[in-house]
Amino acid sequence: MKNIGKNAGASFHPAAALDYLPTDHLQALQLKRLQAVVERAYERVRLIRVRMDAKGLHPEDIKSLEDIRQLPFTVKADLRDTYPFGMFASPMQEVVRLHSSSGTTGKPIVVAYTQEDLDVWSSVMVRSFVACGVGSHDIIQNAYGYGLFTGGLGAHYGAEALGATVIPISGGNTDRQIMVMKDFAVTVICCTPSYFVHMIERARELGEDIRRFPLRVGVFGAEPWSQAMRRHIQEESGIRAQDIYGLSEIIGPGVGIECEWQNGLHIFEDHFYPEIIDSTTGEPCPDGTEGELVLTTLSKKAIPMIRYRTRDITAIIPEACPCGRTIRRINRICRRSDDMFIIRGVNVFPSQVEAALLAVEGTVPHYLIVLTRQRGLDQMEIQVELTPAVFSDTVGALENLQARIVKAVENILGISVNVRLVEPHTIERSMGKAKRVIDQRNAD
Amino acid sequence: MKLHQLSVFLENKRGQLSVPLNLLATAGIDIRTLSLADTQQFGILRLIVSDWQKAKEVLEKEHCVVNVTQVVAIEVPDRPGGLADVVRVIDHADVDIEYMYAFTFQSGRAVLIFRFNEPDAAIKQLQAEGVNVMGSNEFQERFPD
Repeated sequence: MKNIGKNAGASFHPAAALDYLPTDHLQALQLKRLQAVVERAYERVRLIRVRMDAKGLHPEDIKSLEDIRQLPFTVKADLRDTYPFGMFASPMQEVVRLHSSSGTTGKPIVVAYTQEDLDVWSSVMVRSFVACGVGSHDIIQNAYGYGLFTGGLGAHYGAEALGATVIPISGGNTDRQIMVMKDFAVTVICCTPSYFVHMIERARELGEDIRRFPLRVGVFGAEPWSQAMRRHIQEESGIRAQDIYGLSEIIGPGVGIECEWQNGLHIFEDHFYPEIIDSTTGEPCPDGTEGELVLTTLSKKAIPMIRYRTRDITAIIPEACPCGRTIRRINRICRRSDDMFIIRGVNVFPSQVEAALLAVEGTVPHYLIVLTRQRGLDQMEIQVELTPAVFSDTVGALENLQARIVKAVENILGISVNVRLVEPHTIERSMGKAKRVIDQRNAD
Repeated sequence: MKLHQLSVFLENKRGQLSVPLNLLATAGIDIRTLSLADTQQFGILRLIVSDWQKAKEVLEKEHCVVNVTQVVAIEVPDRPGGLADVVRVIDHADVDIEYMYAFTFQSGRAVLIFRFNEPDAAIKQLQAEGVNVMGSNEFQERFPD
Protein backbone atom coordinates (compact mmCIF):
# COMPACT_ATOMS: atom_id res chain seq x y z
CA MET A 1 0.00 0.00 0.00
CA LYS A 2 1.18 3.45 -0.77
CA ASN A 3 1.66 6.42 1.40
CA ILE A 4 -0.66 5.48 4.15
CA GLY A 5 1.66 4.71 6.98
CA LYS A 6 1.48 7.79 9.09
CA ASN A 7 -0.42 11.04 8.85
CA ALA A 8 0.84 11.30 5.32
CA GLY A 9 1.52 14.96 4.77
CA ALA A 10 -1.14 16.22 7.17
CA SER A 11 -0.31 19.46 8.87
CA PHE A 12 -1.40 20.45 12.33
CA HIS A 13 -4.75 22.19 12.47
CA PRO A 14 -5.57 24.41 15.45
CA ALA A 15 -9.09 22.96 15.73
CA ALA A 16 -7.56 19.57 16.51
CA ALA A 17 -6.02 20.92 19.72
CA LEU A 18 -9.34 20.17 21.43
CA ASP A 19 -8.68 16.47 20.85
CA TYR A 20 -5.77 16.68 23.30
CA LEU A 21 -7.21 18.61 26.27
CA PRO A 22 -6.08 17.38 29.67
CA THR A 23 -8.89 15.22 31.04
CA ASP A 24 -9.71 17.52 33.97
CA HIS A 25 -10.03 20.51 31.61
CA LEU A 26 -12.20 18.47 29.29
CA GLN A 27 -14.47 17.34 32.11
CA ALA A 28 -14.81 20.87 33.45
CA LEU A 29 -15.79 22.05 29.97
CA GLN A 30 -18.24 19.16 29.59
CA LEU A 31 -19.93 19.92 32.91
CA LYS A 32 -20.26 23.61 32.14
CA ARG A 33 -21.77 22.83 28.74
CA LEU A 34 -24.00 20.08 30.11
CA GLN A 35 -25.50 22.43 32.67
CA ALA A 36 -26.13 25.05 29.99
CA VAL A 37 -27.69 22.65 27.51
CA VAL A 38 -29.96 21.05 30.11
CA GLU A 39 -31.13 24.49 31.18
CA ARG A 40 -31.76 25.47 27.55
CA ALA A 41 -33.67 22.27 26.80
CA TYR A 42 -35.70 22.51 30.00
CA GLU A 43 -36.71 26.08 29.31
CA ARG A 44 -37.39 25.74 25.61
CA VAL A 45 -38.42 22.16 24.79
CA ARG A 46 -41.74 21.15 26.23
CA LEU A 47 -41.16 17.40 25.93
CA ILE A 48 -37.97 17.57 27.98
CA ARG A 49 -39.46 19.88 30.59
CA VAL A 50 -42.46 17.59 31.08
CA ARG A 51 -40.23 14.55 31.47
CA MET A 52 -37.86 16.25 33.90
CA ASP A 53 -40.75 17.60 35.93
CA ALA A 54 -42.22 14.11 36.11
CA LYS A 55 -38.98 12.95 37.72
CA GLY A 56 -38.92 15.98 39.99
CA LEU A 57 -35.72 17.02 38.30
CA HIS A 58 -34.56 20.59 37.79
CA PRO A 59 -31.58 21.88 35.74
CA GLU A 60 -29.86 22.97 38.99
CA ASP A 61 -29.76 19.32 40.05
CA ILE A 62 -27.02 18.68 37.51
CA LYS A 63 -23.98 19.30 39.69
CA SER A 64 -21.57 16.75 38.25
CA LEU A 65 -21.15 14.82 35.02
CA GLU A 66 -22.46 11.71 36.81
CA ASP A 67 -25.74 13.51 37.39
CA ILE A 68 -26.45 13.11 33.67
CA ARG A 69 -27.71 9.63 34.59
CA GLN A 70 -30.74 11.15 36.28
CA LEU A 71 -31.91 12.79 33.07
CA PRO A 72 -34.62 11.19 30.95
CA PHE A 73 -33.71 9.55 27.65
CA THR A 74 -34.74 10.86 24.26
CA VAL A 75 -35.60 8.37 21.51
CA LYS A 76 -36.17 8.59 17.77
CA ALA A 77 -39.91 8.31 18.23
CA ASP A 78 -39.83 11.60 20.16
CA LEU A 79 -38.65 13.36 17.00
CA ARG A 80 -41.39 11.68 14.98
CA ASP A 81 -44.04 12.45 17.56
CA THR A 82 -43.11 16.12 17.61
CA TYR A 83 -42.72 16.31 13.82
CA PRO A 84 -41.77 18.64 12.32
CA PHE A 85 -40.51 21.34 14.74
CA GLY A 86 -41.59 20.24 18.21
CA MET A 87 -38.07 19.66 19.56
CA PHE A 88 -36.68 23.02 18.47
CA ALA A 89 -35.07 25.18 21.14
CA SER A 90 -34.39 28.06 18.77
CA PRO A 91 -36.90 30.28 16.99
CA MET A 92 -37.02 29.72 13.24
CA GLN A 93 -35.32 33.02 12.49
CA GLU A 94 -32.20 31.71 14.22
CA VAL A 95 -32.36 28.42 12.37
CA VAL A 96 -30.27 28.58 9.22
CA ARG A 97 -30.65 25.06 7.93
CA LEU A 98 -32.98 22.07 8.11
CA HIS A 99 -32.12 18.49 7.28
CA SER A 100 -34.40 15.49 7.32
CA SER A 101 -34.16 11.73 7.40
CA SER A 102 -35.54 9.67 4.56
CA GLY A 103 -38.60 8.64 6.54
CA THR A 104 -38.75 5.17 5.04
CA THR A 105 -40.48 3.92 8.16
CA GLY A 106 -43.27 6.43 8.57
CA LYS A 107 -42.84 10.16 9.18
CA PRO A 108 -39.37 11.53 8.59
CA ILE A 109 -37.51 13.33 11.34
CA VAL A 110 -36.42 16.93 10.98
CA VAL A 111 -33.21 18.35 12.40
CA ALA A 112 -32.26 22.03 12.59
CA TYR A 113 -29.08 24.04 12.89
CA THR A 114 -28.28 27.57 14.00
CA GLN A 115 -25.19 29.19 12.51
CA GLU A 116 -23.37 28.26 15.70
CA ASP A 117 -24.43 24.63 15.26
CA LEU A 118 -23.11 24.62 11.70
CA ASP A 119 -19.81 26.04 12.93
CA VAL A 120 -19.53 23.25 15.50
CA TRP A 121 -20.38 20.72 12.82
CA SER A 122 -17.68 22.05 10.50
CA SER A 123 -15.16 22.05 13.33
CA VAL A 124 -15.77 18.40 14.23
CA MET A 125 -15.55 17.48 10.57
CA VAL A 126 -12.22 19.33 10.34
CA ARG A 127 -11.00 17.39 13.36
CA SER A 128 -12.24 14.19 11.72
CA PHE A 129 -10.32 14.86 8.53
CA VAL A 130 -7.18 15.76 10.47
CA ALA A 131 -7.42 12.50 12.44
CA CYS A 132 -7.56 10.64 9.11
CA GLY A 133 -4.38 12.35 7.98
CA VAL A 134 -6.22 14.64 5.58
CA GLY A 135 -5.07 18.24 5.22
CA SER A 136 -5.46 21.43 3.21
CA HIS A 137 -3.38 20.04 0.33
CA ASP A 138 -5.86 17.24 -0.27
CA ILE A 139 -8.44 16.97 -3.02
CA ILE A 140 -11.59 15.51 -1.53
CA GLN A 141 -14.23 13.82 -3.66
CA ASN A 142 -17.39 14.03 -1.64
CA ALA A 143 -19.68 11.28 -2.89
CA TYR A 144 -22.08 11.40 0.04
CA GLY A 145 -25.51 12.47 -1.17
CA TYR A 146 -26.10 16.21 -1.13
CA GLY A 147 -29.53 17.32 -0.05
CA LEU A 148 -31.67 16.52 2.94
CA PHE A 149 -29.26 13.76 3.98
CA THR A 150 -26.68 15.22 6.39
CA GLY A 151 -23.73 13.32 4.91
CA GLY A 152 -23.15 15.48 1.85
CA LEU A 153 -23.21 18.99 3.28
CA GLY A 154 -21.63 17.91 6.56
CA ALA A 155 -18.53 16.55 4.87
CA HIS A 156 -18.56 19.42 2.37
CA TYR A 157 -18.39 22.28 4.85
CA GLY A 158 -15.86 20.43 6.98
CA ALA A 159 -13.62 19.92 3.96
CA GLU A 160 -13.87 23.58 3.04
CA ALA A 161 -13.17 24.70 6.59
CA LEU A 162 -10.10 22.49 6.51
CA GLY A 163 -8.94 24.36 3.43
CA ALA A 164 -8.93 21.27 1.25
CA THR A 165 -10.24 21.23 -2.30
CA VAL A 166 -13.75 19.79 -2.39
CA ILE A 167 -15.40 18.15 -5.37
CA PRO A 168 -19.13 18.17 -4.54
CA ILE A 169 -19.93 15.28 -6.84
CA SER A 170 -22.63 13.75 -4.59
CA GLY A 171 -23.67 10.10 -4.99
CA GLY A 172 -24.39 8.17 -8.15
CA ASN A 173 -23.06 8.07 -11.72
CA THR A 174 -20.24 5.72 -10.87
CA ASP A 175 -18.44 6.00 -14.21
CA ARG A 176 -18.16 9.75 -13.77
CA GLN A 177 -16.99 9.25 -10.18
CA ILE A 178 -14.12 7.11 -11.43
CA MET A 179 -13.24 9.49 -14.25
CA VAL A 180 -13.16 12.45 -11.85
CA MET A 181 -11.19 10.48 -9.28
CA LYS A 182 -8.52 9.76 -11.85
CA ASP A 183 -8.49 12.96 -13.89
CA PHE A 184 -8.65 15.37 -10.93
CA ALA A 185 -5.97 13.41 -9.04
CA VAL A 186 -8.31 12.97 -6.09
CA THR A 187 -6.55 11.98 -2.85
CA VAL A 188 -9.54 11.49 -0.50
CA ILE A 189 -12.94 9.88 -1.09
CA CYS A 190 -15.96 10.30 1.19
CA CYS A 191 -18.88 7.90 0.72
CA THR A 192 -20.49 4.79 2.19
CA PRO A 193 -18.17 1.76 2.29
CA SER A 194 -20.57 -0.28 0.18
CA TYR A 195 -20.58 2.36 -2.54
CA PHE A 196 -16.80 2.43 -2.59
CA VAL A 197 -16.71 -1.36 -3.04
CA HIS A 198 -18.93 -0.81 -6.04
CA MET A 199 -16.54 1.86 -7.36
CA ILE A 200 -13.56 -0.50 -7.07
CA GLU A 201 -15.45 -3.12 -9.00
CA ARG A 202 -16.71 -0.73 -11.66
CA ALA A 203 -13.24 0.78 -12.11
CA ARG A 204 -11.90 -2.68 -12.84
CA GLU A 205 -14.59 -3.23 -15.47
CA LEU A 206 -13.55 0.02 -17.07
CA GLY A 207 -9.98 -1.21 -17.20
CA GLU A 208 -8.84 1.05 -14.35
CA ASP A 209 -7.10 0.10 -11.13
CA ILE A 210 -7.72 2.45 -8.21
CA ARG A 211 -4.44 1.26 -6.70
CA ARG A 212 -2.71 3.25 -9.42
CA PHE A 213 -4.66 6.44 -8.67
CA PRO A 214 -3.31 9.11 -6.29
CA LEU A 215 -6.21 8.26 -3.96
CA ARG A 216 -4.87 7.44 -0.47
CA VAL A 217 -7.65 7.87 2.12
CA GLY A 218 -11.32 6.94 2.27
CA VAL A 219 -13.59 8.42 4.92
CA PHE A 220 -16.38 5.88 5.07
CA GLY A 221 -19.53 6.03 7.13
CA ALA A 222 -23.34 6.21 7.24
CA GLU A 223 -23.67 2.43 7.56
CA PRO A 224 -22.14 -0.25 9.77
CA TRP A 225 -19.26 -2.12 8.16
CA SER A 226 -17.01 -4.88 9.39
CA GLN A 227 -13.29 -5.13 9.96
CA ALA A 228 -13.21 -7.75 7.20
CA MET A 229 -14.77 -5.23 4.84
CA ARG A 230 -12.03 -2.75 5.75
CA ARG A 231 -9.35 -5.29 4.89
CA HIS A 232 -11.07 -6.02 1.61
CA ILE A 233 -11.25 -2.32 0.70
CA GLN A 234 -7.67 -1.60 1.72
CA GLU A 235 -6.32 -4.56 -0.23
CA GLU A 236 -8.39 -3.97 -3.32
CA SER A 237 -7.84 -0.22 -3.56
CA GLY A 238 -4.53 0.40 -1.78
CA ILE A 239 -6.04 3.23 0.26
CA ARG A 240 -6.44 3.74 3.96
CA ALA A 241 -10.10 3.09 4.88
CA GLN A 242 -11.18 5.21 7.85
CA ASP A 243 -14.44 4.86 9.72
CA ILE A 244 -16.44 7.98 10.53
CA TYR A 245 -19.47 7.95 12.79
CA GLY A 246 -22.38 10.28 13.05
CA LEU A 247 -26.13 10.54 13.02
CA SER A 248 -28.48 13.29 11.98
CA GLU A 249 -30.24 13.43 15.33
CA ILE A 250 -26.95 14.44 16.96
CA ILE A 251 -25.41 16.53 14.18
CA GLY A 252 -24.60 14.35 11.17
CA PRO A 253 -21.18 12.92 10.29
CA GLY A 254 -18.38 13.97 12.64
CA VAL A 255 -19.56 12.60 15.98
CA GLY A 256 -16.61 10.21 16.05
CA ILE A 257 -13.64 9.28 13.91
CA GLU A 258 -10.81 6.79 13.71
CA CYS A 259 -7.28 8.08 14.10
CA GLU A 260 -4.24 6.61 12.37
CA TRP A 261 -4.31 3.62 14.73
CA GLN A 262 -7.65 2.43 13.35
CA ASN A 263 -8.51 1.01 16.71
CA GLY A 264 -11.81 2.49 17.82
CA LEU A 265 -13.42 5.83 17.11
CA HIS A 266 -12.62 8.96 19.09
CA ILE A 267 -15.79 10.74 20.10
CA PHE A 268 -15.63 14.53 20.01
CA GLU A 269 -16.83 14.49 23.56
CA ASP A 270 -16.39 18.18 24.18
CA HIS A 271 -19.56 18.42 22.04
CA PHE A 272 -21.12 14.96 22.26
CA TYR A 273 -21.11 13.30 25.66
CA PRO A 274 -21.12 9.49 25.35
CA GLU A 275 -22.63 6.95 27.73
CA ILE A 276 -23.15 3.23 27.29
CA ILE A 277 -26.31 1.71 28.74
CA ASP A 278 -27.86 -1.69 28.97
CA SER A 279 -30.52 -1.31 26.30
CA THR A 280 -33.00 -3.44 28.24
CA THR A 281 -32.71 -1.91 31.70
CA GLY A 282 -31.42 1.55 30.76
CA GLU A 283 -28.75 1.22 33.45
CA PRO A 284 -25.22 2.49 32.73
CA CYS A 285 -22.61 -0.06 31.65
CA PRO A 286 -19.04 0.13 32.93
CA ASP A 287 -16.34 1.13 30.43
CA GLY A 288 -15.30 -1.76 28.25
CA THR A 289 -18.74 -3.37 28.40
CA GLU A 290 -20.92 -3.49 25.34
CA GLY A 291 -24.23 -1.73 25.33
CA GLU A 292 -26.26 0.94 23.57
CA LEU A 293 -24.55 4.24 22.88
CA VAL A 294 -26.35 7.25 24.35
CA LEU A 295 -25.27 10.73 23.32
CA THR A 296 -25.96 14.17 24.73
CA THR A 297 -25.22 17.20 22.59
CA LEU A 298 -23.34 19.55 24.88
CA SER A 299 -23.34 22.59 22.64
CA LYS A 300 -26.25 22.18 20.24
CA LYS A 301 -28.55 25.19 20.10
CA ALA A 302 -31.37 24.46 17.66
CA ILE A 303 -32.15 20.94 18.88
CA PRO A 304 -30.41 20.01 22.13
CA MET A 305 -30.46 16.25 22.43
CA ILE A 306 -30.50 15.01 25.97
CA ARG A 307 -29.39 11.38 26.38
CA TYR A 308 -30.36 10.36 22.89
CA ARG A 309 -30.54 6.59 22.45
CA THR A 310 -28.70 5.86 19.21
CA ARG A 311 -29.61 2.13 18.95
CA ASP A 312 -25.94 1.60 18.07
CA ILE A 313 -24.17 -1.15 19.98
CA THR A 314 -20.63 -0.43 21.14
CA ALA A 315 -18.43 -0.03 24.21
CA ILE A 316 -16.28 2.78 25.58
CA ILE A 317 -12.63 1.78 25.35
CA PRO A 318 -11.09 2.45 28.77
CA GLU A 319 -7.45 2.53 27.61
CA ALA A 320 -5.74 5.68 26.35
CA CYS A 321 -5.06 5.77 22.62
CA PRO A 322 -1.40 5.76 21.53
CA CYS A 323 -2.18 8.69 19.22
CA GLY A 324 -2.27 10.96 22.26
CA ARG A 325 -5.83 12.19 21.88
CA THR A 326 -7.50 12.44 25.26
CA ILE A 327 -11.04 12.29 23.92
CA ARG A 328 -12.31 8.78 24.55
CA ARG A 329 -12.85 6.05 22.01
CA ILE A 330 -15.70 3.67 21.34
CA ASN A 331 -15.44 0.36 19.52
CA ARG A 332 -16.29 0.43 15.84
CA ILE A 333 -20.00 0.13 15.44
CA CYS A 334 -20.75 -3.00 13.49
CA ARG A 335 -24.21 -3.43 14.84
CA ARG A 336 -27.30 -1.34 15.22
CA SER A 337 -30.09 -2.70 17.29
CA ASP A 338 -32.30 -1.46 14.42
CA ASP A 339 -30.55 -3.72 11.91
CA MET A 340 -30.80 -6.73 14.10
CA PHE A 341 -33.27 -9.39 13.12
CA ILE A 342 -34.30 -12.43 15.03
CA ILE A 343 -34.45 -15.74 13.28
CA ARG A 344 -35.48 -18.89 15.11
CA GLY A 345 -34.78 -17.07 18.35
CA VAL A 346 -31.24 -16.06 17.42
CA ASN A 347 -30.26 -12.41 17.19
CA VAL A 348 -28.46 -11.77 13.92
CA PHE A 349 -26.69 -8.68 12.63
CA PRO A 350 -25.93 -8.36 8.91
CA SER A 351 -22.32 -7.49 9.78
CA GLN A 352 -21.85 -11.01 11.21
CA VAL A 353 -22.91 -12.48 7.90
CA GLU A 354 -20.62 -10.07 6.08
CA ALA A 355 -17.63 -11.08 8.19
CA ALA A 356 -18.34 -14.75 7.53
CA LEU A 357 -18.59 -14.20 3.79
CA LEU A 358 -15.35 -12.28 3.62
CA ALA A 359 -13.64 -15.04 5.56
CA VAL A 360 -14.34 -17.39 2.66
CA GLU A 361 -11.68 -16.78 0.09
CA GLY A 362 -12.75 -15.11 -3.07
CA THR A 363 -16.22 -13.93 -2.24
CA VAL A 364 -17.00 -10.25 -2.69
CA PRO A 365 -19.04 -8.36 -0.16
CA HIS A 366 -22.11 -8.21 -2.38
CA TYR A 367 -24.77 -10.10 -0.57
CA LEU A 368 -28.41 -9.98 0.35
CA ILE A 369 -30.15 -11.70 3.22
CA VAL A 370 -33.67 -12.85 2.45
CA LEU A 371 -35.88 -13.98 5.31
CA THR A 372 -38.95 -16.05 4.58
CA ARG A 373 -41.34 -18.23 6.52
CA GLN A 374 -42.10 -21.67 5.21
CA ARG A 375 -44.68 -23.78 7.00
CA GLY A 376 -44.24 -21.65 10.09
CA LEU A 377 -40.48 -21.96 10.16
CA ASP A 378 -38.17 -19.00 9.53
CA GLN A 379 -35.73 -19.50 6.70
CA MET A 380 -32.66 -17.44 5.99
CA GLU A 381 -31.21 -17.37 2.54
CA ILE A 382 -28.00 -15.55 1.75
CA GLN A 383 -27.56 -14.60 -1.85
CA VAL A 384 -23.92 -14.17 -2.73
CA GLU A 385 -22.60 -12.93 -6.02
CA LEU A 386 -20.21 -15.26 -7.74
CA THR A 387 -16.93 -13.89 -9.12
CA PRO A 388 -14.86 -15.15 -12.04
CA ALA A 389 -12.02 -15.72 -9.56
CA VAL A 390 -13.86 -18.46 -7.72
CA PHE A 391 -15.98 -19.82 -10.55
CA SER A 392 -15.02 -23.32 -11.55
CA ASP A 393 -16.44 -25.30 -14.43
CA THR A 394 -17.24 -28.29 -12.25
CA VAL A 395 -20.42 -28.65 -10.26
CA GLY A 396 -18.49 -30.19 -7.40
CA ALA A 397 -16.25 -27.16 -6.94
CA LEU A 398 -19.21 -24.77 -6.87
CA GLU A 399 -21.10 -26.94 -4.42
CA ASN A 400 -17.96 -27.00 -2.35
CA LEU A 401 -17.79 -23.19 -2.37
CA GLN A 402 -21.43 -23.03 -1.37
CA ALA A 403 -20.79 -25.49 1.44
CA ARG A 404 -17.81 -23.49 2.70
CA ILE A 405 -19.92 -20.33 2.85
CA VAL A 406 -22.72 -22.16 4.66
CA LYS A 407 -20.22 -23.52 7.16
CA ALA A 408 -18.60 -20.12 7.73
CA VAL A 409 -21.97 -18.50 8.40
CA GLU A 410 -23.26 -21.33 10.55
CA ASN A 411 -20.08 -21.26 12.62
CA ILE A 412 -20.74 -17.64 13.49
CA LEU A 413 -24.52 -17.66 13.84
CA GLY A 414 -25.11 -21.19 15.04
CA ILE A 415 -28.19 -21.61 12.85
CA SER A 416 -28.61 -23.34 9.53
CA VAL A 417 -28.79 -21.13 6.48
CA ASN A 418 -29.22 -21.57 2.79
CA VAL A 419 -26.65 -19.99 0.48
CA ARG A 420 -27.51 -19.25 -3.10
CA LEU A 421 -24.83 -18.25 -5.57
CA VAL A 422 -26.11 -15.61 -7.95
CA GLU A 423 -24.72 -13.97 -11.04
CA PRO A 424 -22.68 -10.80 -10.63
CA HIS A 425 -24.57 -7.51 -10.69
CA THR A 426 -27.87 -9.12 -9.79
CA ILE A 427 -27.83 -7.65 -6.30
CA GLU A 428 -28.79 -4.02 -6.44
CA ARG A 429 -25.94 -1.57 -5.90
CA SER A 430 -26.58 1.22 -3.49
CA MET A 431 -25.22 4.73 -4.02
CA GLY A 432 -25.88 5.42 -0.37
CA LYS A 433 -26.70 3.11 2.48
CA ALA A 434 -26.71 -0.50 1.37
CA LYS A 435 -29.81 -2.58 1.85
CA ARG A 436 -28.71 -5.91 3.26
CA VAL A 437 -31.88 -7.59 4.48
CA ILE A 438 -35.22 -8.31 2.86
CA ASP A 439 -37.68 -9.64 5.38
CA GLN A 440 -40.62 -11.33 3.68
CA ARG A 441 -41.84 -13.10 6.76
CA ASN A 442 -44.84 -10.87 7.27
CA ALA A 443 -45.65 -10.43 3.62
CA ASP A 444 -48.42 -13.00 3.56
CA MET B 1 -3.75 -30.69 -28.45
CA LYS B 2 -6.28 -29.11 -26.15
CA LEU B 3 -9.38 -27.07 -26.89
CA HIS B 4 -10.61 -24.00 -25.06
CA GLN B 5 -13.98 -24.54 -23.51
CA LEU B 6 -16.00 -21.72 -21.97
CA SER B 7 -18.06 -22.39 -18.88
CA VAL B 8 -20.81 -19.95 -18.02
CA PHE B 9 -22.50 -19.76 -14.64
CA LEU B 10 -26.29 -19.74 -14.77
CA GLU B 11 -28.74 -19.24 -11.98
CA ASN B 12 -31.44 -21.87 -12.07
CA LYS B 13 -34.36 -19.70 -13.10
CA ARG B 14 -36.46 -19.18 -16.16
CA GLY B 15 -34.90 -17.18 -18.97
CA GLN B 16 -31.30 -17.50 -17.78
CA LEU B 17 -30.13 -19.65 -20.67
CA SER B 18 -31.26 -17.07 -23.21
CA VAL B 19 -28.87 -14.43 -21.91
CA PRO B 20 -25.54 -15.92 -23.02
CA LEU B 21 -27.06 -17.56 -26.10
CA ASN B 22 -28.45 -14.27 -27.38
CA LEU B 23 -25.15 -12.51 -26.72
CA LEU B 24 -23.28 -15.11 -28.76
CA ALA B 25 -25.88 -15.00 -31.52
CA THR B 26 -25.64 -11.22 -31.82
CA ALA B 27 -21.85 -11.41 -31.94
CA GLY B 28 -21.99 -13.97 -34.75
CA ILE B 29 -20.31 -16.68 -32.72
CA ASP B 30 -21.15 -20.25 -33.62
CA ILE B 31 -21.57 -22.86 -30.90
CA ARG B 32 -19.75 -26.01 -32.03
CA THR B 33 -21.00 -28.13 -29.18
CA LEU B 34 -22.24 -27.70 -25.65
CA SER B 35 -23.34 -29.40 -22.53
CA LEU B 36 -25.36 -28.17 -19.61
CA ALA B 37 -24.74 -29.33 -16.07
CA ASP B 38 -27.50 -28.53 -13.67
CA THR B 39 -28.15 -28.66 -9.97
CA GLN B 40 -31.22 -27.52 -8.11
CA GLN B 41 -29.83 -24.04 -7.67
CA PHE B 42 -27.52 -23.33 -10.55
CA GLY B 43 -26.28 -24.60 -13.85
CA ILE B 44 -23.02 -24.54 -15.77
CA LEU B 45 -23.21 -24.09 -19.51
CA ARG B 46 -20.12 -25.51 -21.18
CA LEU B 47 -19.46 -24.35 -24.68
CA ILE B 48 -16.99 -24.91 -27.46
CA VAL B 49 -17.37 -22.06 -29.91
CA SER B 50 -15.92 -20.79 -33.16
CA ASP B 51 -13.99 -17.95 -31.46
CA TRP B 52 -13.55 -18.48 -27.73
CA GLN B 53 -11.65 -15.23 -27.05
CA LYS B 54 -14.30 -13.07 -28.65
CA ALA B 55 -17.04 -15.06 -26.95
CA LYS B 56 -15.43 -14.60 -23.55
CA GLU B 57 -15.11 -10.87 -24.12
CA VAL B 58 -18.73 -10.51 -25.23
CA LEU B 59 -20.05 -12.51 -22.27
CA GLU B 60 -17.93 -10.84 -19.63
CA LYS B 61 -18.84 -7.40 -20.89
CA GLU B 62 -22.42 -8.22 -19.95
CA HIS B 63 -21.40 -9.53 -16.51
CA CYS B 64 -21.60 -13.24 -17.23
CA VAL B 65 -19.19 -15.27 -15.08
CA VAL B 66 -17.01 -17.14 -17.53
CA ASN B 67 -14.29 -19.65 -16.94
CA VAL B 68 -11.92 -21.00 -19.59
CA THR B 69 -11.02 -24.68 -19.31
CA GLN B 70 -8.78 -26.84 -21.44
CA VAL B 71 -10.57 -29.92 -22.67
CA VAL B 72 -9.51 -32.75 -24.91
CA ALA B 73 -11.42 -33.71 -28.08
CA ILE B 74 -11.14 -37.24 -29.35
CA GLU B 75 -12.50 -38.56 -32.61
CA VAL B 76 -13.80 -42.13 -32.67
CA PRO B 77 -15.82 -44.19 -35.08
CA ASP B 78 -19.54 -43.96 -34.33
CA ARG B 79 -20.10 -47.63 -33.56
CA PRO B 80 -20.95 -49.76 -30.50
CA GLY B 81 -17.94 -49.83 -28.19
CA GLY B 82 -16.33 -46.66 -29.60
CA LEU B 83 -16.50 -44.82 -26.33
CA ALA B 84 -15.80 -47.90 -24.24
CA ASP B 85 -12.49 -48.42 -26.05
CA VAL B 86 -11.35 -44.90 -25.27
CA VAL B 87 -12.37 -45.00 -21.64
CA ARG B 88 -10.46 -48.25 -21.21
CA VAL B 89 -7.30 -46.48 -22.38
CA ILE B 90 -7.94 -43.63 -19.99
CA ASP B 91 -8.43 -46.02 -17.08
CA HIS B 92 -4.96 -47.37 -17.72
CA ALA B 93 -3.49 -43.87 -17.85
CA ASP B 94 -4.19 -43.25 -14.18
CA VAL B 95 -6.08 -40.02 -14.83
CA ASP B 96 -9.58 -38.99 -13.76
CA ILE B 97 -12.44 -37.87 -15.96
CA GLU B 98 -14.06 -34.82 -14.40
CA TYR B 99 -16.86 -34.88 -16.97
CA MET B 100 -17.45 -35.59 -20.63
CA TYR B 101 -19.93 -35.08 -23.42
CA ALA B 102 -20.15 -36.17 -27.03
CA PHE B 103 -21.67 -35.47 -30.39
CA THR B 104 -21.72 -37.22 -33.75
CA PHE B 105 -21.13 -36.14 -37.32
CA GLN B 106 -23.16 -37.42 -40.23
CA SER B 107 -20.01 -39.02 -41.53
CA GLY B 108 -20.27 -41.80 -38.97
CA ARG B 109 -17.67 -40.28 -36.71
CA ALA B 110 -18.22 -39.18 -33.12
CA VAL B 111 -16.34 -36.55 -31.16
CA LEU B 112 -15.88 -36.98 -27.42
CA ILE B 113 -15.02 -33.98 -25.26
CA PHE B 114 -13.23 -34.82 -22.02
CA ARG B 115 -12.23 -32.74 -19.06
CA PHE B 116 -9.37 -34.59 -17.35
CA ASN B 117 -7.70 -33.78 -14.08
CA GLU B 118 -4.40 -34.31 -15.89
CA PRO B 119 -5.01 -33.65 -19.57
CA ASP B 120 -1.38 -33.96 -20.69
CA ALA B 121 -0.97 -37.41 -19.20
CA ALA B 122 -4.25 -38.47 -20.79
CA ILE B 123 -3.27 -37.18 -24.21
CA LYS B 124 0.06 -38.95 -24.07
CA GLN B 125 -1.53 -42.27 -23.28
CA LEU B 126 -4.31 -41.85 -25.84
CA GLN B 127 -1.88 -41.00 -28.62
CA ALA B 128 0.35 -43.92 -27.67
CA GLU B 129 -2.67 -46.16 -28.18
CA GLY B 130 -3.34 -44.63 -31.58
CA VAL B 131 -6.42 -42.66 -30.58
CA ASN B 132 -7.03 -39.51 -32.65
CA VAL B 133 -6.74 -36.54 -30.29
CA MET B 134 -7.94 -33.53 -32.23
CA GLY B 135 -6.04 -30.28 -32.16
CA SER B 136 -7.88 -27.00 -32.22
CA ASN B 137 -7.42 -26.49 -35.96
CA GLU B 138 -8.46 -30.00 -36.85
CA PHE B 139 -11.53 -29.62 -34.66
CA GLN B 140 -12.59 -26.28 -36.12
CA GLU B 141 -11.99 -27.48 -39.71
CA ARG B 142 -14.81 -29.97 -39.28
CA PHE B 143 -17.25 -27.07 -39.19
CA PRO B 144 -17.80 -25.24 -42.45
CA ASP B 145 -18.32 -21.55 -41.67
